[in-house]
Amino acid sequence: MLGLIGKKVGMTQIFSEKGLVIPVTVLEAGPCRIVQVKTAEKDGYTAAQVGFEEVLERKLNKPEKGHLVRHGSGALKHIREFRVTADDPVKSGDTLDVTQFEVGSRVDIISTSKGHGFQGVVKRHHFTGGKETHGSKTNDLPGSIGSSAWPSHVWKGKRLPGQMGNKRITASNLEVVKIDADRNLLLVRGAVPGGSNTLVVIKPSYKSTKRAGR
Amino acid sequence: MEVLKNIEAPQMRSDLPDFNPGDTIRVHVKVIEGEKERLQAFQGVVISVRGAGLRASFTVRKISDGVGVERIFPLHSPSIAKVELLQQGRVRRAKIYYLTNLKGKSARIKEKRVSADKAPKK
Repeated sequence: MLGLIGKKVGMTQIFSEKGLVIPVTVLEAGPCRIVQVKTAEKDGYTAAQVGFEEVLERKLNKPEKGHLVRHGSGALKHIREFRVTADDPVKSGDTLDVTQFEVGSRVDIISTSKGHGFQGVVKRHHFTGGKETHGSKTNDLPGSIGSSAWPSHVWKGKRLPGQMGNKRITASNLEVVKIDADRNLLLVRGAVPGGSNTLVVIKPSYKSTKRAGR
Repeated sequence: MEVLKNIEAPQMRSDLPDFNPGDTIRVHVKVIEGEKERLQAFQGVVISVRGAGLRASFTVRKISDGVGVERIFPLHSPSIAKVELLQQGRVRRAKIYYLTNLKGKSARIKEKRVSADKAPKK
């Protein structure tokens, strides 16, 4: 099964049949169109190139327009690829929408997390920092970052200040709570990285399909 | 935002009476025990109403066997069978958390004097 491209709408909560509150993220997913099918003979691997969100043709640049027109898929804003096996029945021009998912099934969601810029260790790695008062001057510093003569360098992976967020994150194994095919909405349990209007890629979850041998 | 409202709208309830902090209410909660479902009443003072849309909730405080018990209900929960408005109270705050520190006589709330057509049915 192929994935879908969509946008994050926001979070809310709904009530289950038992009356319990379920926190959900609302995603506006699809309809997507298959632009191009890549084959082993021609491209060296098999995949389906999928496009999402129709735009005015003049919003695309010439290479994009040329590619999309050649495959007859119309002007689409976002393009992503999904790997397929050679015998998967995909052909260019096919439309994908939320109905391919089932309520209760599990999905992985890939998106870009909210950017926080260059941050120190207290915010970025939850270090404790120093004392705020009593004459302390080490309020927000990482402290020692290693020993001296040995190992003579800072260990790889040492948590230090740096860019926080604005990074590709996969939220794995989220449950599909509700599907609204008329409005192309997908409600998944829990949070999804990024703010609203973030582009998201929704795939059948790795844990429930590939790793489980299905 | 419009999309979220559309999702919340069908689950929102309009059948509950309009109550405010300071009011004394009785909440009838559906309790599922094995196969059976029964109603359980929780009567007390509303000390907080918070949130908007489907995510709104309210807190009810009662004194049970001398122990203060506060229970938070989602306002639009289908587990709430019925809410009875017993008495409207006159309070000056939207959140009457100060009640938590009071007991006995000082924990009383004055009844709000409302015209007969607006008063809750006893």
